[in-house]
Amino acid sequence: MRKAMRVAAAGATLALTTLGLVACSSSGGGAGGGSSSGGGGTGPITYVQGKDTSGVVNKLAAIWNQAHPKEKVTVKQQSDQADQQHDDLAQHLQQKLSDYDVFSTDVVWTAEFAAKGWLQPLTGAYKLDTSPFLPSVVKTGQYHGVQYAAPSSTDSQILFYRKDLLGSTPVPTTWDEMMKDCSIAKKANIPCYTGQFAKYEGLTVNFNEAITSAGGTVVDDKGNPTLDTPEAKAGLTRLTTAFADGNIPKAALTYQEAQGLSAFETGKMLFLTNWPYAVSAIKTDGTSVVKNKFGIAGYPGKSAVGGHNLAISAYSNHKATALKFIEFMESDQAQKMNIQVASLAPVRSSSYTDASLTQQFPYLTTLKASLDNAVARPISPYYPAITTAIENNTYKALTAAANGQNPDVSGTLSSIAAAIKAAGTTG
Amino acid sequence: MTSSVVQAPAPLPPSRAGRESAEANRRRITRVALYLLAPTIVAMAIVVAYPIVISIINSFQSDFSGIDPKTGLFQQGGFVGLENYTNWLLQQCQSGGKTVSCPAGTNESQFYDSVFATFLFTVVTVALETAFGMWMALIMNRSFRGRGILRAAVLVPWAIPTAVTAKLWYFIFATNGVLNTVLGLHTLWTADLWASRWAIIIADTWKTTPFMALLILAGLQLIPEDVYEAARMDGASTAQQFVRITLPLLKPALVVAILFRTLDALRMYDLPAILTQGGGGGGDATTTLSILVVRELRSHIDSASALSTITFIIIFAVAFIFIRLLGANITGSEKKARKVAKEL
Amino acid sequence: MSSTSVAGPATATAERPVFAEETLARVRARRRRAAGAAARTAIQAVLIVVWCLLPFYWMIVTAFRDPQYTYDPTPWPTHVTLGNFASAFDTSYGNYLGRALGNSFFICVVVTVIALVLGISGSYALARLDFPGKGLVMGFILGASMFPGVAILTPLFGLFSQLHWSGQYQALIIPYIAGALPLTVYTLNSFFREMPWELEEAARIDGCTSAQAFRIVILPLAAPAVFTTAILAFIASWNEYLLASVLSSDQTQTVTVAIANFAGTTPHVEPYTIIMAAGVVVTIPLIILVLIFQRRIVAGLTAGGVKG
Repeated sequence: MRKAMRVAAAGATLALTTLGLVACSSSGGGAGGGSSSGGGGTGPITYVQGKDTSGVVNKLAAIWNQAHPKEKVTVKQQSDQADQQHDDLAQHLQQKLSDYDVFSTDVVWTAEFAAKGWLQPLTGAYKLDTSPFLPSVVKTGQYHGVQYAAPSSTDSQILFYRKDLLGSTPVPTTWDEMMKDCSIAKKANIPCYTGQFAKYEGLTVNFNEAITSAGGTVVDDKGNPTLDTPEAKAGLTRLTTAFADGNIPKAALTYQEAQGLSAFETGKMLFLTNWPYAVSAIKTDGTSVVKNKFGIAGYPGKSAVGGHNLAISAYSNHKATALKFIEFMESDQAQKMNIQVASLAPVRSSSYTDASLTQQFPYLTTLKASLDNAVARPISPYYPAITTAIENNTYKALTAAANGQNPDVSGTLSSIAAAIKAAGTTG
Repeated sequence: MTSSVVQAPAPLPPSRAGRESAEANRRRITRVALYLLAPTIVAMAIVVAYPIVISIINSFQSDFSGIDPKTGLFQQGGFVGLENYTNWLLQQCQSGGKTVSCPAGTNESQFYDSVFATFLFTVVTVALETAFGMWMALIMNRSFRGRGILRAAVLVPWAIPTAVTAKLWYFIFATNGVLNTVLGLHTLWTADLWASRWAIIIADTWKTTPFMALLILAGLQLIPEDVYEAARMDGASTAQQFVRITLPLLKPALVVAILFRTLDALRMYDLPAILTQGGGGGGDATTTLSILVVRELRSHIDSASALSTITFIIIFAVAFIFIRLLGANITGSEKKARKVAKEL
Repeated sequence: MSSTSVAGPATATAERPVFAEETLARVRARRRRAAGAAARTAIQAVLIVVWCLLPFYWMIVTAFRDPQYTYDPTPWPTHVTLGNFASAFDTSYGNYLGRALGNSFFICVVVTVIALVLGISGSYALARLDFPGKGLVMGFILGASMFPGVAILTPLFGLFSQLHWSGQYQALIIPYIAGALPLTVYTLNSFFREMPWELEEAARIDGCTSAQAFRIVILPLAAPAVFTTAILAFIASWNEYLLASVLSSDQTQTVTVAIANFAGTTPHVEPYTIIMAAGVVVTIPLIILVLIFQRRIVAGLTAGGVKG
């Protein structure tokens, strides 16, 4: 028995020691300026992005690999859900792994990733020339005055409307005009307008659009909430009134992009605000009955900026190659392939005046109009908590309005402000 | 009557040589048990104990102590004691350096709502699944033509991956989906307060009843037929047979099934996360504790670790009460078992 | 087929000798009761099958429906096409369902076999042997089922990354074994404690070792429990998603991750019809497995067991 006990004790000690060593070496705690880790060399890299169904990224990778046989790129595709992409990147970067060299980030993640020290600043040896790109898009890659991510593709919401129902009525350019046109919808016995009002990131987008279109702002540049203004109140009241009046149908509380689009396609919506991808969807979907009956216009107000940036991992071992790959992905050739194959809007200013492109993709002009007026969502390293604060409170207010109860707009806005403050500020 | 009802596990007979003392025999038994159980314990230690320990250590730390105003980078956090726990339990948040009651819209403010939702789902789904599972098991136990098909059909809901099931029911429960169309309703299954909860309950019951049915069916196999025969000769009715014979003899299997189902239900994540994204009602009617943990992980890992530990303690308490209440001889103390056997 | 009442098989009591007419009447009454019971059983069985298969029916209808009519709520098959199944296996979209099927199968078989071996030996020790700390061990094993799975992810990912196992098969196999063990051990334990150990002792007296006696006498009696646990462990591993999503790479991806990552041709649009087709494809092996083993999960105690 003594021998068995000794063996067991030795085994247990060995196991615990191993675990302890592993634990000590892997415990990192918070971050603290990670730009000095990793290596700046050249060599093979791994590029990570969300699911690409068009095949464009594989084509681009093939072109790159042929030109750079010693610095081949391996493409890793994640899920197509933004939340899961975020969590996957966070998992690897928290562990300071070097297996992801370059990755695609949603525009709202820049501040958070940068503040955690996960991104290589694009300065000094890694400086990127940002002059060819749209200024509003370049800004989404900046944090605290430093460029951390480079533009890759952009997106902004546009207005879809039923040409046949509007007839000679002019296309609305403001929210109030759009709500006035709802009488047409009532006559045609269909709901008037929808955006995205389910409790998810899309709701933050729509909230942002409502507040900024009314002339307000959500946060200032230090991350402090600025919702205590009459403009912000007016903005949120627009949404709650529309729900209360039935101009936005109650079912819209379950609508993400796909459901709202489906309602519009099947002829059950007069106005829709959505991303430009919907243009080709409406034209090709089998259930679409409005293929030739719809038109597009700029967003009636200030839309939000969407899209993706490219960033270099602070822990990459081949940062120089990563930088060259980013420049390749932003080149004219790559950007043209993006829009032609994958319907991803280009980030170069020149693309929007390129006649061949605008002829092939007429919605580009409409998109540019929205982009010129677009406002980014709050830029803050606490963005996950901020979007939670906005989603939760806004959804409660809209549900109350849809159910005929008092949405308490000021209370909602002060709750959002309090929650944002509790999340933290940068100043 | 039958001695196979409760068996006291008899000790191994003394060694054939008959010369080893009882003490050495006990040591030998312990050694054998150790060898038989060692791989299991090691596997559980690596996969479960180690992450739990790390998680608990993290729960006493803070991710970040703030932002460096010059660089905008997060500064490393340190030991903060029970602060993460009080944030959750007492609904306290730090705002601008002061401690305030957590405003609506923060994850902390949803803690007690999540506890309610989790317990609601657990109690209702376990009750329904036990009842339906029992019914299915009794039918599956009978012999009739085509029972193989019945058994395969019963297992289909459990066999479909949860992610697919969740998407399937999301589809069925859509506002313009097939359920509303067939029943002529306009219920917002994923947005209404109670409709969303019932949606989760219906989908989970459909998916998990086979699990209970299968375990109960295995338990039914242990009941000897002659017991029923004798009862019928004594004139017992069907109901009496069920209550006096089936249920008590089924107790060991039933207890294990209900216990594990309860533990799983308390940790429910996949189904509500995909079906309703934790939404419904004011937006959080179906947020379970696990969903809250995942949400918190996105902003504060250490705070999420504290929430996981709190969840663990809650589940532990439930399991403890469960085992005590049912007097289940789950841990199989021999003395107790021998006592029970003597009484028969 | 003999009819049954709630608790057992057909009543085959010995008939006491009575007059011929009474016998006939009694036989007829019993046959009527039996027919009634059979009908009741049949109706309930049909109800159960309908309840279990109705949503699956909808899944199949959607799987065969043209993707452009995804949101069509017509309850019977319309716009039937096989394209979804082709798309599910089409690797040009970046979906590798075929490979994922192979991975899942390999991983689940390994996990089930190892978990059974460990579970049987562990629960034998717990049910049969009395040693200090038994309650502690049982509590430790149960305790592993109490921690939210979502919280184990990150530390486990860190551990396996350090060991450079992330993205390899062992990164999934070991956690799945640990996940299957609590239920396996507890179920088998509760069954082993009900076993007639006198039979094992009789076999030992006849000259078998403990292991032989266990294998030849007890294990066959516990076959329903063993097969049930095997099926449950296999299916639980097959359906696991969280750990697989974090610990698998493109090469070792399982079916759940492959399906969850399915993307269609347009952004923001989930390809429901293709996902449903993939779901049908992924469920069929399990159904076949159950059909093969379903007879083993019910088995009457052998005649000649311990009686009264």
